[in-house]
Amino acid sequence: MPAQKIEHPDSIIPRKAGVAPGEGPEKGLITLPGETSREAEDLAGGTYLTTKLDTMVNWARGNSLWPLPFGTACCAIEFMSMVSSHYDVARFGAEVVRFSPRQADLMIVAGTIVDKMGPVLKKIYDQMPEPKYVLAMGACATSGGFYRVYHVMQGIDEVIPVDIWVPGCPPTPDGLMYGILKLKDKIERGEIKRG
Amino acid sequence: MSTLTKFSAIPYTGPAPTNREPYVPANVAQTDARGEEIAAKISNNALQQERGQDMPSFSVDRNAIVDVLTSLRNSGFTIPLDLFGVDYPRRSGGRFDVVYQLYSPQANERVRLKVRVAEDESIPSSVGVFKGYDWYERETFDMFGVKFEGHPNLRRILCHEMFQGHALRKDYDPAQRWLLTEQGVAKLLPKIDPKFENVDTDFERVTLNLGPSHPATHGTLRIVVTLDGETIIGADTEIGYLHRCFEKMAETHTYQQVIPFTDRLNYCSAIINNVGYCMTIEKMLGIEAPARAQHIRLMLSEFMRISDHIICIGTNLVDMGALTNFWYLFQPREEILGLVESCCGARLLPTYTRVGGMAVDAPADFLANSQRLVNMLPKFIDDVEKLIMKNRIFLDRVIGVCPISQEDALSYGFTGPCLRATGVPYDVRKASPYLGYETYDWDVPIADGGDTYARFLVRLEEMRQSLRILQQAIDRGLPPGPVIVDNPYVALPPKERVYNEMESLIYHFKLIMHGIQPPVGEAYFQVEGGNGELGFYVVSDGTKNPYRVRVRPPCFPIFEAYPQMITGQTIPDAIAGLGSLNIIAGELDH
Ligand code: SF4
Repeated sequence: MPAQKIEHPDSIIPRKAGVAPGEGPEKGLITLPGETSREAEDLAGGTYLTTKLDTMVNWARGNSLWPLPFGTACCAIEFMSMVSSHYDVARFGAEVVRFSPRQADLMIVAGTIVDKMGPVLKKIYDQMPEPKYVLAMGACATSGGFYRVYHVMQGIDEVIPVDIWVPGCPPTPDGLMYGILKLKDKIERGEIKRG
Repeated sequence: MSTLTKFSAIPYTGPAPTNREPYVPANVAQTDARGEEIAAKISNNALQQERGQDMPSFSVDRNAIVDVLTSLRNSGFTIPLDLFGVDYPRRSGGRFDVVYQLYSPQANERVRLKVRVAEDESIPSSVGVFKGYDWYERETFDMFGVKFEGHPNLRRILCHEMFQGHALRKDYDPAQRWLLTEQGVAKLLPKIDPKFENVDTDFERVTLNLGPSHPATHGTLRIVVTLDGETIIGADTEIGYLHRCFEKMAETHTYQQVIPFTDRLNYCSAIINNVGYCMTIEKMLGIEAPARAQHIRLMLSEFMRISDHIICIGTNLVDMGALTNFWYLFQPREEILGLVESCCGARLLPTYTRVGGMAVDAPADFLANSQRLVNMLPKFIDDVEKLIMKNRIFLDRVIGVCPISQEDALSYGFTGPCLRATGVPYDVRKASPYLGYETYDWDVPIADGGDTYARFLVRLEEMRQSLRILQQAIDRGLPPGPVIVDNPYVALPPKERVYNEMESLIYHFKLIMHGIQPPVGEAYFQVEGGNGELGFYVVSDGTKNPYRVRVRPPCFPIFEAYPQMITGQTIPDAIAGLGSLNIIAGELDH
């Protein structure tokens, strides 16, 4: 699946070589060193960009998500597949798996959350610094899945807010990646504003 | 106390609990004769022989259970396989059956004991006879409210602290939830091992909590340790953080609908669970899957075993800092999952088997793909072995770490690689072969020492043995024929016939609406899962829903022994040891 193209006026426009700001049809282009003969010249040579600070920050956040795998069950195994060699989520900048909530900004809840786990999930979510995003992976985290029963939480939104739901039981690694890309879009569009 | 009812309760759709006469299959005479021999040896008046369907079976008076268990243990039944309850609410003379199952490795046979107990009665605890029964008794207490007198620590094990009632009783509403708040979470304080009680070091004693969300627990285990300096002097564990109520769910679904739930027990080797459950039901029905289905089941089971061991070894090495092996080993694992996907369309949790056979036939290139995998896997296993087995750091971290003696392992009820690492060559595939394992040429690897190193060696060698079986299976080729039995009361007729023939349409409708209805009775069947003996005990009352499904998860007794194994070790050793036990939370917590 190709990466999603960002089509929003605030987003950073794909870079083009050698066109100074104001000269091309779009304003605020990035031109990186080495791409233009005017590279050594002053700022007007193109090594700067103009955009909104929010957009810039969101762009950076969306491209370097540090996931905290809150893996409890079968979905966690598919999460492992996604980070390991074959699927390799490093391609989308989300491979820095942190097990400490203090160092992560994306909580991937992979697996069934039972009532006994509820307080733990809440506590770990509270420990994450802002900005933080939550991705509910799989049917169980989303709605309890096919466990409509006495000890299973019927969706993690009973205790924490969720930004992206990924369907499947388990979602395939590609499905989970798609979820992460969707989240990235959402962040870059500035739709998630918390903290 | 507060209840949380976000959804309307599902009413219990199962049949009214009945007390029909158990159904008696043909092979009963044989087990009866053997039962008499055992009864003669034990010679205890409290022991009454029952008509066991699949193994010698006795009913025992509750006050004599400890004596009977002791004499059975002394006469060779050294592995406590299982202990669980069954609820018959309308029965007079004791509402609950508490069932004990033991195995004798020398005689290679099993025995089942049943104790009747009423709601207000209690059973003497048998923790003194078998260490493993500690958790099983807690579980029976949690699920049924049966009290065990003299149990050292009889509290809930799977359900949370604020849970009310006993979930597996027939009158418990399956959808009734109870809210656990942060204030309700109990504090765990491990008991300090008597060996260390009076040791005076210069260090302060610290209690440390690992989990339930900790990178090294790979799931949802919680371990609390008391440290003296770096030494663990007391440890305790808490489980149930993934208690998904498999057994209750099974009671509210039809026999076919239970299969997806079995996938999610040991999710690293899901097909083995499917096979185990389906074969239990087949045993109840007295049918056998066609040869082609059995062949596919066997091959995929072995592939799954390899994949299970790959996850165990890979993640265990990650915990020790050897990340390369993980990346490296996951490549062939993906290929194995790809093979499963080519068969049935799902990767991890395929739900590929059906009662009576397989859902669909394997694709035409199944054997060719399997051969490709069998050719490529040895290189991966050899490479990993080379990477670690001559690595001084690795060896220092595993040799002598978290050992368990053979005697203790038996007393806890270990099976599988962890038991074989202590030198007991018990493997269900050899002891009571199914799917034709007896016709293949392979060995059961054992190691001695029972430490983390031994478990590594056993797992590595088991992968090679699985490859041996697979090679022979590929050479034999898939037998021709259908993959599911031609029995309209068990298997759905093919779609084209359903659309064109009235009779098939009716069978289809009947089977969907009324399900499979095995005869009244009980059956236990065991397969060798990735972690050891995976057993299913099913009671049928002749309707479409199982009356009781009990799973014997191999991890359960293994994790029970963990506090004992890590006492006296250090935290890094405990982590290395935990990985080598391959605790799968889905299976552990049912
Ligand atoms: S959604 Fe399915 S695969 Fe994921 S944890 Fe739940 S049962 Fe397991």
